[in-house]
Amino acid sequence: MSQATSSGGVPPALRPWVLPVLILLLWWWAVASGWSTSPLLVSPWAVWEKALQQITSGDLWAALSASLWRNAQGFVAGASAGLAVGVLLGWSRWAERLVGPSFHTLKQISLFAWIPMLSMWFGLGDGAKIAFIAMAAFFPMVLNTFEGLRSVPREFIEVGRVYGFGFRQQLTRVIAPSAAPSVFTGVQLALIYSWLATLGSEYLMASGPGIGNTLIDGREHFQMDLVLFGVVVIGLVGSVLNAATGALERRLLAWRDRTVARY
Amino acid sequence: MAHAGTLDIRGLNKRYEVKGQPLPVLHDINLTIKPGEFVSIVGTSGCGKSTLLRLIIGLEEDYEGEILLDGTRVRGTNLNRGIVFQEHRLFPWLTVEKNIALGLLNSGLTEGQQRATIREHIELVGLNGFEKAYPHQLSGGMSQRVAIARALVNRPDILLLDEPFGALDAMTRAHLQQELHRIWQTEGITMILVTHDVEEAVYLGDKVVVMEPRPGRIRRTVPVPLAHPRDRASYAFTTVKDNVLREFGEHSAAELAEPPLKTARPDTSTWQFAV
Repeated sequence: MSQATSSGGVPPALRPWVLPVLILLLWWWAVASGWSTSPLLVSPWAVWEKALQQITSGDLWAALSASLWRNAQGFVAGASAGLAVGVLLGWSRWAERLVGPSFHTLKQISLFAWIPMLSMWFGLGDGAKIAFIAMAAFFPMVLNTFEGLRSVPREFIEVGRVYGFGFRQQLTRVIAPSAAPSVFTGVQLALIYSWLATLGSEYLMASGPGIGNTLIDGREHFQMDLVLFGVVVIGLVGSVLNAATGALERRLLAWRDRTVARY
Repeated sequence: MAHAGTLDIRGLNKRYEVKGQPLPVLHDINLTIKPGEFVSIVGTSGCGKSTLLRLIIGLEEDYEGEILLDGTRVRGTNLNRGIVFQEHRLFPWLTVEKNIALGLLNSGLTEGQQRATIREHIELVGLNGFEKAYPHQLSGGMSQRVAIARALVNRPDILLLDEPFGALDAMTRAHLQQELHRIWQTEGITMILVTHDVEEAVYLGDKVVVMEPRPGRIRRTVPVPLAHPRDRASYAFTTVKDNVLREFGEHSAAELAEPPLKTARPDTSTWQFAV
């Protein structure tokens, strides 16, 4: 990792916070000094009060749990289907020739273009939303699993053959660990995409509770404090998901750590 | 001391199919290697010397003629034959000791025996203290030592070495040649070294087999009647070396050098997401 040479004396641990704090101060100043009197920009304090009210009333939990549950269902369905298809395409040249071209055509279609069809098929309830989230998780999972399997070095398979590995041993000792980093990238992308898709689905197929609906409520009742609060929550959930997978990756794939001192 | 194998190759022919046309790679190879002998094979690129090793180890089949180890025809891979490749081929997700342990997966040894054997072989290649290191933490020379330990851990009758030091710098290479000689004497097994480095071939071999290309065949076998340790600067050593080099005739020695190996990876850079 490269270290910045001119850091202005800010300790490394605090550096990521410099920009957000500056923006917050600027925001507070813009409202407090009267520089902005627009109702589109409420004060940070108002957002904070709204946050407390949302938390204590249970509204936040109701919306967040609904969104996270939707996200989890879509992610699990999409990522496991993606893993299966990725393994199939990566394993069999025949399947790749048969399914590959259709898959590559489908993935060129913007996800949002599927919404009209999904909502007609599944209605505006949770079914369509989960199907949409599953699709968002599906594509990166297929691509990265496929890539992981196809980049298993032939040289490593030969090493296995030299030591008399059977199919099971090749699978568990050579193929799976070789493909793991790429598959893990697929999981990470699928998680991020499915969270983005969760919000997209709630916003574009508005019905039932969810953080996306909190945003819509805020907009329709012209409560900028609620809108801004919703945005902060969405960002926090995304960061937590990302940090969690990052920590898991460092644990599971420690052997890739390039920062370990060389002997 | 492990059992050393007798290798007998009789009338060996190997062809590849290239665009529907048979391309002869090896033509009428006859070679007998005595138990415990160290044989070096040198030749220009394309003379089939690596293919010969791949046939002996059992990674390639479909050949005419016979490859016999102690009188039994070679069929597929077997733990009684070990190989060290030009690239170390260590698994990056395993530590040094686990990489070596992989060789013992089908050995039938108990866990305790495996641990003892692994420790012994780490000692043999001089890597004590590096048991828990990952391949990316090792230098090229150290990685090749691990690869040698992994190849020897099953106590094979014969060890094949496919340009094992080709990618190393001159100093490391000279040092590992000494080490390999020591290991050969300790283990007392049969070894076949494929190389394009004539000095290496003469330094280590009891005899040097010179091959020529298109199709790959044995041109001459040069005996190396020199006692160990061999002095690379001595008159006797350079005489043998000149003898071998003369076999390449009009080919310059530079032509012996081969381009470094490259691994092909599928091109997935053209793939994009649509969101």
